Amino acid sequence: MPKRKDIKRILVIGSGPIVIGQACEFDYSGSQACKALREEGFIVILINSNPATIMTDPEFSDRTYIEPLRADVIAKIIEDERPDALLPTLGGQTSLNLAVELAESGILEEYGVELIGAKLETIRLAENRNLFRDAMWEIGLKVPAGGCVNSLEAAEALRDEIGFPLIIRPSFTLGGIGGSVVFNREEFSRATQWGLSASPVTEILIEESVLGWKEYELEVMRDAADNFVVVCSIENFDPMGIHTGDSITVAPSQTLTDVEFQAMRDAAKKIMAKVGVETGGANIQFALNPENGKMVVIEMNPRVSRSSALASKATGFPIAKIAAKLAAGYYLHEIPNDITRKTPACFEPAIDYVVVKIPRWDFEKFPGNDVRLSSQMKSVGEAMGIGRTFKEALNKTLRSLENGWSGFHANGNDSVSQMSDEVLLDDLRWGTPDRILKIWQALTSGISPEEISKITRIDVWFLKNLQQLVEFETHIAEEFKQRRTLTPETLRSAKRLGFSDKHIAWLTGKLENEIRSLRKENGILPSFKIVDTCAAEFESFTTYYYSTYDQENESIPSNRKKVIILGGGPNRIGQGIEFDYCCVHGILALKDLGIEAIMINCNPETVSTDYDVADKLYFEPLTYEDVLDVIELEKPDGVIIQFGGQTPLRLALDLERAGVPIWGTSPDSIDLAEDRDRFGALLDSLDIPHPQYGTATSIEDALEIGQRIGFPLVVRPSYVLGGRAMEIVYDLKSLEHYMQHAVSASEEHPVLLDRFLEDAFEFDVDAISDAERTEICGVMQHIEEAGVHSGDSMAVLPPFLLSLDQYEDIKEYTRLLAEALNVKGLINIQFAIMYDTLNVIEVNPRASRTVPFVSKATGTPIAKIAAEVMCGKRLDQIGYTFKDQLPYVAVKESVFPFDRFEKADIYLRPEMRSTGEVMGIATTFGEAVFKAFQATGITIPKSGTIFVSVNDNDKARMFPIAESLYKLGYKLVATRGTADYIAGRGIPVETVLKVSEGRPDVVDYIKNDNIDLIIKTPLGQRSRKDESPIGWTAIKHRVPFITTLSAAEAIVRGLKAQRNKPFEYQCLQEYYKSH
Amino acid sequence: MKASLILSGGALYEGRSLGAEGTTTGEVVFNTAMTGYQEILTDPSYHFQLIAMTYPQIGNYGVNRKDFESKRIYAGGFIIREYSPIVSHWQADQSLDAYLKYYGIVGISDIDTRALTRHLRDHGAQMGMITTTNEPFDTLLERLRSGEKLVGRDIVKDVTTDRYYDWPLSGESDGNGKSSFRVAVYDYGVKFSILRTLHDYGCRIRVFPGHAPPEEVLEWNPDGIILSNGPGDPEPVEYAVKSVRNLLGKKPIFGICLGHQILGLALGGQTTKLKFGHHGANHPVKHRRTGAVEITSQNHGFIIDIDSLAKSEVEITHINLNDGTLEGIRHKSLRAFSVQYHPEASPGPHDSRYLFEQFIEDMKQFDA
Repeated sequence: MPKRKDIKRILVIGSGPIVIGQACEFDYSGSQACKALREEGFIVILINSNPATIMTDPEFSDRTYIEPLRADVIAKIIEDERPDALLPTLGGQTSLNLAVELAESGILEEYGVELIGAKLETIRLAENRNLFRDAMWEIGLKVPAGGCVNSLEAAEALRDEIGFPLIIRPSFTLGGIGGSVVFNREEFSRATQWGLSASPVTEILIEESVLGWKEYELEVMRDAADNFVVVCSIENFDPMGIHTGDSITVAPSQTLTDVEFQAMRDAAKKIMAKVGVETGGANIQFALNPENGKMVVIEMNPRVSRSSALASKATGFPIAKIAAKLAAGYYLHEIPNDITRKTPACFEPAIDYVVVKIPRWDFEKFPGNDVRLSSQMKSVGEAMGIGRTFKEALNKTLRSLENGWSGFHANGNDSVSQMSDEVLLDDLRWGTPDRILKIWQALTSGISPEEISKITRIDVWFLKNLQQLVEFETHIAEEFKQRRTLTPETLRSAKRLGFSDKHIAWLTGKLENEIRSLRKENGILPSFKIVDTCAAEFESFTTYYYSTYDQENESIPSNRKKVIILGGGPNRIGQGIEFDYCCVHGILALKDLGIEAIMINCNPETVSTDYDVADKLYFEPLTYEDVLDVIELEKPDGVIIQFGGQTPLRLALDLERAGVPIWGTSPDSIDLAEDRDRFGALLDSLDIPHPQYGTATSIEDALEIGQRIGFPLVVRPSYVLGGRAMEIVYDLKSLEHYMQHAVSASEEHPVLLDRFLEDAFEFDVDAISDAERTEICGVMQHIEEAGVHSGDSMAVLPPFLLSLDQYEDIKEYTRLLAEALNVKGLINIQFAIMYDTLNVIEVNPRASRTVPFVSKATGTPIAKIAAEVMCGKRLDQIGYTFKDQLPYVAVKESVFPFDRFEKADIYLRPEMRSTGEVMGIATTFGEAVFKAFQATGITIPKSGTIFVSVNDNDKARMFPIAESLYKLGYKLVATRGTADYIAGRGIPVETVLKVSEGRPDVVDYIKNDNIDLIIKTPLGQRSRKDESPIGWTAIKHRVPFITTLSAAEAIVRGLKAQRNKPFEYQCLQEYYKSH
Repeated sequence: MKASLILSGGALYEGRSLGAEGTTTGEVVFNTAMTGYQEILTDPSYHFQLIAMTYPQIGNYGVNRKDFESKRIYAGGFIIREYSPIVSHWQADQSLDAYLKYYGIVGISDIDTRALTRHLRDHGAQMGMITTTNEPFDTLLERLRSGEKLVGRDIVKDVTTDRYYDWPLSGESDGNGKSSFRVAVYDYGVKFSILRTLHDYGCRIRVFPGHAPPEEVLEWNPDGIILSNGPGDPEPVEYAVKSVRNLLGKKPIFGICLGHQILGLALGGQTTKLKFGHHGANHPVKHRRTGAVEITSQNHGFIIDIDSLAKSEVEITHINLNDGTLEGIRHKSLRAFSVQYHPEASPGPHDSRYLFEQFIEDMKQFDA
């Protein structure tokens, strides 16, 4: 069937902020879908609250709404925009759930909006675990024994029927949140209660555990004519029991015979037909008993998923794009395969390489939490590696993770190397972020793959491959010992196994560059092969490459002017989608200028690794070796490092030393800004005020500095990302404690100490300089006071508390700094105003995390402009003028993964812990801030009970908030001190007991659903531990928790704004017209 | 041990010996299936061919006692990127290397199979030699070039059964007693999966040699006749074409792969050789009447020229979506149809099983 003519306007719902389980893969799929639909001439109306996405760029849809992803908001937009159809399958679980809500509430029917991509019945059948199980039985497929229940009693009955261990999974949640594996009654009741409260429909699935079975996923597509294809099979290295998002996965399947694979394919085909996914992609998960091949169906997602993004990158098959076209009416065979051009998309990709994905965790940011992996996803990002064999791909992926690993080797990981065999074997039973290193340690200590397999249930095929790597390490070391060099044969074999130069250097005691030279002397260079969906059967027209050590190189460099952009690598907290956004804009700018844009990145979730974004894509680890290999082949005119965040910066100096032309601001300037001493001297020379600082290489040093410059101090290790291990210390004792426990200071790794400007107002500035002229792109004011990491704080643009003089000072300092650092491109400066003095806190002469937010808020593509500047254009030529005034307000708020980390301290700190951001945009501050809160998922009740508890210092500032809330009709509850203060000033308030003051206490109140909103500021460093039960209980019961008075004030303004007039929703295109 | 692969065009690839030592020659073809090497190796259609697997890791799940398509390996040689001596599968009985050695099959690993594939794609399938000898390249190339070719030679006679036999063989499960139709199978190199599938559908099966005269087949009084898959060039298999011409209209006929080509020739068509053939498990085929697309398992170097049947009594039922080649035909009045691909799959998707049902329907209708 050709394109549907009866549909003209299509509403697409995005996935919102980046959270664990729903990351930038949905920007990739969403932007691909928007592009595909617009290509077909549809009018695309997009709603997504996440400003850091490419999909919310105004060019990607006709009407771009950055608004909270809530059914009531979308209903209002539907009323205004009158779409003909709603496509809910590209925005993750968020979009799917909203579609269900809109359909069930009758909104879609009322406005005649058709669900395309997946019908309501299909979504219900796939998402409701009971219905799904029944459907599977009907078509003769097996599922694990179990069922769905809505109460603890029913759960217990089912428990007794099935027996332990059991899997508990809440319905309609994301990334396995609230899911557990339980082995006893105690764990069971805890997990059941949590699961029931985590599920929006109070429903959990209790299932027989197939723990340790082999786990597979099929990425499939089906069209309205029942044409069906498997795009990719994925085999999990980690067996059942660990969430697939937290598992190391391999594509294609490695240990299935064709008979087994086809049985799985047959099952998938039947499931698709039964569930009724007619127009799009889906993902189906299976478990296979390794003893006898018995197969059970675990679950299906009737939508594009994280795995489908991975499958798209792993095969070159653009699942989201094709899904969008299917939803628009096409059949699979009517859509051409972009890669071969001659063949249709209705086929199953044949791949001739192996792909490995490894998740990336950030447990360090949530100390005290159990690092064991389970059925609830906890990873924040992932890296993918492509090689011709599993071993090569695994090694490439391990060194892509940017956590200090240079391959399959536990180099310097003391905690692992010091484990005794017994401890090691015991520990291996649990999936942990470093289990792969423990396996290395176990194999190195002579523990057999069979024994490891018995404990871990990891297929012995994988483990024996790993053993081959360990054996080859020994071979390298021994050969080097005998010959003091390596034979070309050994070196070549090592490279074919995926060993990095660094790894070989470590084994031989050489320098990485010496191995590189030896390799080059012997002509051992990587060859680049194309990812072409068809295993070279047809000529391909894509330029998507990976490196390997094989005979033929397929990447032929052009003679064009060309620039390489280094990407951001795997996502982690502090290094996320914002940088990919900048890279994509860089690519687009280069292409506009007629320069060949070449991308290097290893993050499969991103838009930058879409095969048709850059002119050439190298899916490679962002290491010195791999990047330089591409550079030496391509010989680019320039390399851009300032878009990819910290990742490329780490490489900057080494690349420059290797003679690579770095475009934009010089690596030395970037280094200068990072080096506290050099930077302090610069500020002094420019006569720019800044907090006093010091650099300590020992505890004694630190204490001396502390005494010299006074407290409080911000302390942190140098060269860190997202304020890792950054803290505020208030006295010598806590400084000493920090130096002893949190960091190990040394000559190479000094600790930085800055005077903390308590209660100062902070400002974030993004600017562009062409080395002659500097223009400010946006000034953002942080809503929280100093002390909260800029990546975590709420920010508003334009600022509301900035005098004209101060603004002029900001401009002047920015210009001075840009000139002094010889900035070509972007610069980000953090200012703090304390006692009317403007201080410079930090300067980053590169793209910052706020670039997409500023771009969205002001409607100016600043990353693109920066790229043009780096290519030699002057700001005058680009004709860019900064808009001083905006007739509206944009607020950025952060979202946090606290719901996955039971022991997380939920108070904001200098260390960044947010995973994503949202934007609220409106004509008034109150409305914008309220929208931003809503967009993070916080539901401020229209009426109800608010619990208030603040420390003594905050009481005076808290009172007007409490008063306003009372006047707005809320009931107030407070702990004794706070209650006395409020009541003493004539506002009625109920007193509630603190934890440890007796029962019922505030936790009981929360558990009994007697509290609808919590406003609670930290009681100071010491007592924070006692507060965690409140935070965790609130999270489990989904009660919004506000931790700063600034945020509470903002909410009050929002509530007032809402009372005054109903909120309005406008698309960016309209906002931009207004200025 | 070192081994090399030489192509008649003069290309040389050096790798490591896999399976037996020695020298083997055959036509070099690449197969893009990612699973199913055991089925592929034992498929008689690969007789006199050296198979290069495009998927680089082969041997992972070993070789088992069930997934074979004939009683031995028919492939002339095996070419892969990396051999996995590690075997992990509950059904595995032995390693691939041991299996190749047992049947004396010469193979080669550690070569750039993607480079080879691109070479064959651009230059066409050609004769090749895998050898572990140290003889000079020129000598070997000369021997390769002067050796036997695939085109113009009847190699069905090498693989067909000497005398008829009934299926199931002892040892193959016989759980199906509801046999209603008697199906005669012309064995041009039949894959056991064809027989297994027919058996699953309740048929009684007798397998006849490819050269069996029509009378012998008719004497058994079958309800329908299968023309099986098989190796090589269909044109020289004249006796088969003649038999089929004789049988047309007398019994329902269903041809698969080589059997399809033979039916095509019997119906007046002509066959030609493809540049590098179709060998894989992912080829989209469109059913012209329903518009449905099946993902098919394919293994052929020759095709029926689509234009050669233009004026005949033949309906073109299936078309390959990748290159528009002919994939299926049906006689407009007689009960005879055939497909170029493999509805029995093995390896490959099961999308085309309905063709067996169609054959059974033909047998039903024919009786009526």
